[in-house]
Amino acid sequence: MKQILPVFRREFYGYFRSPVAYVFLVVFLVVSSGLTFYLGRFFDSRVASLDSFFTMQPWIYTFFISAVGMRLWAEEKRSGTWELLFTLPIRVKEAVIGKYLAGWAFIASGILLTFPLLFTVGYLGDPDWGPIFTGYLGSILMAGSFLAVCSFTSALTQNQVISFVISVVINLGLVFLGWSVFTNLLGFLPLVWVDALSNFSYTTHFNGFTRGLIVFKDLVFFLSLSAISLLLTVLVLER
Amino acid sequence: MIEVQSLHKQYGSINAVNGVNFEVNRGEILGFLGPNGAGKSTTMKMITGFIRPTSGTVLVDNIDVQKHPVSVKERIGYMPESGPVYGEMTVEEFLTFIAEVRGFDDATTKEDQIDRVCDLCRLNSVRHQSIETLSKGYKQRVGFAQAVLHDPPVLILDEPTDGLDPNQKKEVRKIIKSMAKDKVVILSTHILEEVSALCTRVIIIAKGQVIADESPESLLQRNKYFNALKLETEDVDLETVKQGLKDLPEVAAAEINDGSLEVFPKNKQSIETLVLKVCRENNWHISKFEKRPVSLDEVFWELTT
Repeated sequence: MKQILPVFRREFYGYFRSPVAYVFLVVFLVVSSGLTFYLGRFFDSRVASLDSFFTMQPWIYTFFISAVGMRLWAEEKRSGTWELLFTLPIRVKEAVIGKYLAGWAFIASGILLTFPLLFTVGYLGDPDWGPIFTGYLGSILMAGSFLAVCSFTSALTQNQVISFVISVVINLGLVFLGWSVFTNLLGFLPLVWVDALSNFSYTTHFNGFTRGLIVFKDLVFFLSLSAISLLLTVLVLER
Repeated sequence: MIEVQSLHKQYGSINAVNGVNFEVNRGEILGFLGPNGAGKSTTMKMITGFIRPTSGTVLVDNIDVQKHPVSVKERIGYMPESGPVYGEMTVEEFLTFIAEVRGFDDATTKEDQIDRVCDLCRLNSVRHQSIETLSKGYKQRVGFAQAVLHDPPVLILDEPTDGLDPNQKKEVRKIIKSMAKDKVVILSTHILEEVSALCTRVIIIAKGQVIADESPESLLQRNKYFNALKLETEDVDLETVKQGLKDLPEVAAAEINDGSLEVFPKNKQSIETLVLKVCRENNWHISKFEKRPVSLDEVFWELTT
């Protein structure tokens, strides 16, 4: 497992070797704070909390993380570098985990760069820091699951656009399942079914974190979704 | 050192590699020849463990690639075709990554190895340039440098001189030759002169099968014109000369073609002194006497079409 480190390092610094990373970070920060203030009506709520910020996260991630994750494997396949990578003494799982962790660390740094919001709520009022802390924790965990799904879809193809589209569809589906507007449409189904379906949603499991709760089953959901997606990535790449 | 046993690879209904067998030992430089799509690259990729064979085994140092891919990959330096490397990295960063993956953890040994291959492949002037900005020749050398960084006992090079100019080709061949002494080198090429210049052994692959496995010299002997002579005369009739020569025990056949006489030896032996002697004894005046130049091209063409 020690081979994870060089792969991680190469991949993580790789983000910053191209301008894409900076463009991504800037747009991500603008969009996530913009949506918080405008669509989330941060000021109108007159509450010093980051609820409106966290509510937007799953929607933003659907597109932004798919954009980061689409190149994970598709790019290696297209340029042929995976031939180099897999003829080096590296196990497929080490490469998959190394690259995944690098992407996750990159996204996590983007999430943490939203820290000025903390000063804003701190300045405007007296927020409850507990839910903000767990909210960030849940947000990063959830981002990990989004990215793991992208890792899998990216391994399926050498075309980044295809990878992007498939991962958006899957991730959007997993967001929709927990969205009240969508679940109301499923009114014709027995309530138990709707509940069961919404259990597969990011939003359902993220809500606890935004309310300051770290629930075991939410942790299990995010971690197992990531683990399963990564396992599928390994299986696809091992051919 | 490397044993390939009845290797098969099937893509759908296509047999890309269809029962390839061979063995290579230290000190050999084995050239893979074959038309495009013959299965050279696929065979190499199976030896390196990048592609899983449909059936058959590859043993490197008696280790099965499929059972212990990582230990085999530690022993192999591989340069993929058209050298795909991470373009956005600088040469130094890329080689550092390779060194770390190859297990050189300690900073000084890592530096030493990188210095060594940069000297060997003359990369010092571009060490801090990103790879995508380099010319094809330099990119190829970066690909070669990463393959030899850990001084592997086995070197597998897929068209190492492809796309290089003649000087660069010469240089890459020189490097390969200088490294080959205690290694196994397998290289694929479709440049036949490269085989004669570099290889101690040639395997010709066509349609996924080995159709020849011998030294470049003996391959050359398969040419029907090997040691054959071509004569033209001034005063005597070619027919007379033909009659006089064709019954010599060393001569297999003599034919008249386009006003010249072609004499083919038995057992590919050299017959020029003998023929000259016979001509002098008979007082035949020879106006043209030449040994036909033979090349691998004709042999290759005959074997693969």
